[in-house]
Amino acid sequence: MYRTALRNLLAHKGRLLMTALAIMLGTAFVAGSMVFSDTVDQATRNSYSTSFDDLSVMVSDPAASASGGFRGQRSSAELNEETVAKIAALPGVAKTRAVVGDFTGVADKQNKLIGPAWSARSANFVPDASGNDPRYPMVQGRGPRAAGEIALDRKTAESGGYRVGDTVRIAINGPAVNTQLTGIFTTTDPMVAGGGSLTLLDTASAQQQLLTPGQFSSIEVTAKPGISAQALREQVAPVVAYSKRFTVQTAEQLRTEQSTMIARRTHSLEQVLLAFAAISLFVGIFIIANTFTMLIAQRTKELALLRAIGAARAQVTKSVLAEAALIGLVSAAGGLLVGIGVGAGLQWGLKSVNRGMPTGSLVVSPGTAVTVLAVGVLVTMVSALLPAVRASRIAPVAAMSSGDQPTTPKGLRIRNSIGTVITVLGLGLIMLGVVSDHSKQQFIRPGAPLAAIGILILLPVLSRPAISLAGPALVRLFGTPGKLARLNAVRSPRRTAATAGAIAIGLTLVTAMTVIGTSVTDATTRSVNASVKADLAVAMSNGHGLAAQVPADIAKAPGVTSVSAVTSMNAKVNGNPHTVEGLDADTFDQLVKLSMTAGSADALKQGQALIDSGLATSEGLHTGSALKLTNPDGTETALTVGGVFENNQQLSPILLANSVITAHNPQPFIVRTLVKGTAGATRALKQAIADATGNNPVIVIRDKQGMADDYSSTVNAAMSLLYVMLGMSVLVAVLGVVNTMAMSVFERKREIGLLRALGLDRTGVRRMVRLESAVVSVFGAVVGMALGSYLAWAAVSTLSEQLPNISTVLPVGELLLFLVTAGAVGIVAGLWPARQAAGTDILHSINAS
Amino acid sequence: MSTASAILRSVTPGGPSGIAASAREVTKAYGVGETRVTALNRVDVDIHRGQFTAIMGPSGSGKSTLMHCLAGLDTVSTGHIRIGDTEITDLNDKQLTQLRRDKIGFIFQAFNLLPTLNAIENITLPMDIAGRKADQAWLDQVVSTVGLADRLKHRPAQLSGGQQQRVAVARALASRPEIIFGDEPTGNLDSRSGAEVLDFLRRSVNELQQTIVMVTHDPNAASYADRVLFLADGRIVDEMHNPTADAVLDRMRRFDGKRTS
Ligand SMILES: Nc1ncnc2c1ncn2[C@@H]1O[C@H](COP(=O)(O)OP(=O)(O)OP(=O)(O)O)[C@@H](O)[C@H]1O
Ligand SMILES: [Mg+2]
Repeated sequence: MYRTALRNLLAHKGRLLMTALAIMLGTAFVAGSMVFSDTVDQATRNSYSTSFDDLSVMVSDPAASASGGFRGQRSSAELNEETVAKIAALPGVAKTRAVVGDFTGVADKQNKLIGPAWSARSANFVPDASGNDPRYPMVQGRGPRAAGEIALDRKTAESGGYRVGDTVRIAINGPAVNTQLTGIFTTTDPMVAGGGSLTLLDTASAQQQLLTPGQFSSIEVTAKPGISAQALREQVAPVVAYSKRFTVQTAEQLRTEQSTMIARRTHSLEQVLLAFAAISLFVGIFIIANTFTMLIAQRTKELALLRAIGAARAQVTKSVLAEAALIGLVSAAGGLLVGIGVGAGLQWGLKSVNRGMPTGSLVVSPGTAVTVLAVGVLVTMVSALLPAVRASRIAPVAAMSSGDQPTTPKGLRIRNSIGTVITVLGLGLIMLGVVSDHSKQQFIRPGAPLAAIGILILLPVLSRPAISLAGPALVRLFGTPGKLARLNAVRSPRRTAATAGAIAIGLTLVTAMTVIGTSVTDATTRSVNASVKADLAVAMSNGHGLAAQVPADIAKAPGVTSVSAVTSMNAKVNGNPHTVEGLDADTFDQLVKLSMTAGSADALKQGQALIDSGLATSEGLHTGSALKLTNPDGTETALTVGGVFENNQQLSPILLANSVITAHNPQPFIVRTLVKGTAGATRALKQAIADATGNNPVIVIRDKQGMADDYSSTVNAAMSLLYVMLGMSVLVAVLGVVNTMAMSVFERKREIGLLRALGLDRTGVRRMVRLESAVVSVFGAVVGMALGSYLAWAAVSTLSEQLPNISTVLPVGELLLFLVTAGAVGIVAGLWPARQAAGTDILHSINAS
Repeated sequence: MSTASAILRSVTPGGPSGIAASAREVTKAYGVGETRVTALNRVDVDIHRGQFTAIMGPSGSGKSTLMHCLAGLDTVSTGHIRIGDTEITDLNDKQLTQLRRDKIGFIFQAFNLLPTLNAIENITLPMDIAGRKADQAWLDQVVSTVGLADRLKHRPAQLSGGQQQRVAVARALASRPEIIFGDEPTGNLDSRSGAEVLDFLRRSVNELQQTIVMVTHDPNAASYADRVLFLADGRIVDEMHNPTADAVLDRMRRFDGKRTS
């Protein structure tokens, strides 16, 4: 039997080409994902391998930052000279290094930030007796010694076109300042290797600008020979026990932490990539199953003969499965090779986008190879299982009977019943989820895949009426070829369904995401317009806080009528953690619009709290309720609820006057500054604000559109990546169309010959095949788009907590584009089969019996 | 049977009225070198308009090849073929296709119909392809002649073999082609269904002045024709007018005798 399998495989290799390609693409995607993430992981580890080599223990203060993301209390306890001295005096300590480090941006000559904002950093230069700092060897000039002097890493200096002696603008979270470049150094710092910039300041200036005078962000401690890091840690810990916030870690712990972080990041990247590979493979299953069904239909007689001469059912099944396993193995091997190329391509592609991405030689682990081969074989065998079982059911008597066997209406009936049950269940669950107030996701999560699977099962029965709808138009536009195309498209519902289903999957996902994205963007835009009166919002592009002086500076700019800082702190409300935002009591009503459901917004001016309706419900609060606020420093403030406003995406659920916040948090985190101008969001106003804030390249000034885009940009960025990924699965689906059409053309040779004899010219034959291909593709696309829209509608309903004003918006233009693209793709997929069909030799096909 | 067909034929009005198709010096060879087979060897033949011509001969004698060449389904190696006034030997594929569509009807031995179309759609298919409207009165006449009026909405799978061949005959007649070619159109039918189909062909010649060329192995089928051409080894070796089944059988026996000798 296995010899039969092998012979069959070789006999049908042409017809298996598309199937093999589909498996290859799917497994190549898997292989590419694995190779790429292994490679990135390895490269990142390599670049970090030498970090922490020159220290034993590190004490750090995560809150020591002028602008960082720590929205709590600013350090009242600090790491300072005294701490350093105490640690240096410990018996096990060989040396210490007190580090000041934070975000610092470097502007190029066009006042644009060099490198990405999140990896623009600064540190203090610690000269030894000779005036050098061994950590930062200077290749030109000397290290910074006084205020106004800096040194830059070589890459950044080159990017900016700076030479020693040049004036360089650097910026933290306030006005950019002019400094003099005194030196250029090299460093093995992995962040710098990864495309970031590093600015060195003298210690006093660094403290002055980044922290507070005398304060350090971390202290690196090196042990005396013979003292273990662990032992040293135990000596150091009591010295810094005066604040719980400080961490004391050995180099080993730091390295572990770092490698866990790297591993987690590459792992999650790999997961995303593999999820898409899985979708492609799932689409591939349809093609493989379809191919085997068609091959077995073509081989009915042969298989029946085998059964007649005594082959057992199990043997027939096994021979088909063996054939599948072989194809799977061969294709997956190809997929592995292609996948290594894909991995290299991904690395190259991302490298060209992000210069600093760590790169290294490709890592193809044995695990990758084994996984890819196993996945290829398994997926192919699983796909061929149903056709194989069906093959074993062929009665031996079929060897004697003649003609094509008609599609069994019975099999379809069972299929339809199962499909209907699953579809109704799925759609019902989604419905339940949409109408239910709580646990929406609990219903929609299982409902969505159920509905999708149900519809895929029902596709054969849907295909006939759906495609018939297109009938009149096809006949009117394309005459007889159009009519024949429609009839051919519905003649084998299973085959059409499998082909269209593959397309439907991709389009379901693409449509769902497009609809969700459009709806989110729409809701955000409306929410910004409804709740923001301000013309402009000023913020740091890296998510850090603005310097305390920024709001006041802006207020002085010409054309500005009102200004309010939006401050933020992590606090507890009646014991539950919440983000609390503050606004200036005098100006907020000119900058934000609150729709009050109870009380008055003016209560803010009396030092009362405003809360949103969500919080009011969850905490059982109403106007006049007492509210206990636990400040980040641990103190408590008793507040009264002065009003309740409708949930608002732009503001946190609890608002206070800035004066209430600063009472316990003198230098609060300033998220952004809202500005209203005399003449709206004019270019002049933007320029005036940019000038007033010292032209800091990290500060962005957004108008309302910009504010909305800022919220939806994450969605959009994710979407464009997803489109690319889903493009792969659509590509696999297109292979399926080519496959089905080629097989159909092969099977219908005699018909095509007859049509040619009766006077259908080659153009007509080609058109017939291409139209069938387009009809099937468009059918799949329409089903996918309908299902995708439905799922998106359900998903949008789950977002109503975060975006209360969200409603489903169908992007008609995009959907039409998908439809037209599907038709065009169908025609393209039909090109080759159509050429085959047009080349049919009339006499040959008439004589074939 | 032969009596019935003789009576039918006797109603044929007048004699031959012009030439519907002709072959001049037609040679058709397959393959090259040692495997070269000459299927047709300098064949000259005229097919008369309004006549029912049968082509007979031993297996491999070139009957199908001759028919395919006459019908523009195959190209000749040398020589000329005319359909009506058209010299078809130098037409390109597109022109040949159009010629088949507009001037020629076909009845094949099997697989004559598209399984996706019902009977009437199959009958009008050549006209649909051409984008021509069928002449409804004529169509009705053809349909009633072949006795399919109550089967028009049936798919081929729902028709018997004889009914399928009748649909094929109706299709060949419906577009009023200049000439109909049939390659063993009754080859797959039992004698009764075969007789039905042959009756229709005969009547279409008698009543509709249709020109028909039919390849057959069956002397009985040949007896329905006005004229029988005998082919052997790619040459026309004999012909017979107003044949009877017995006379044809006799003539065929002589081929067999020659072969065994
Ligand atoms: N495509 C081809 N390639 C090579 N030789 C061919 C081809 N078609 C026909 N022949 C040869 O040409 C000769 C005539 O064949 P043809 O089919 O015309 O015979 P026929 O008279 O129709 O026979 P039958 O009664 O068996 O149908 C035969 O010897 C055949 O082998
Ligand atoms: Mg023949």
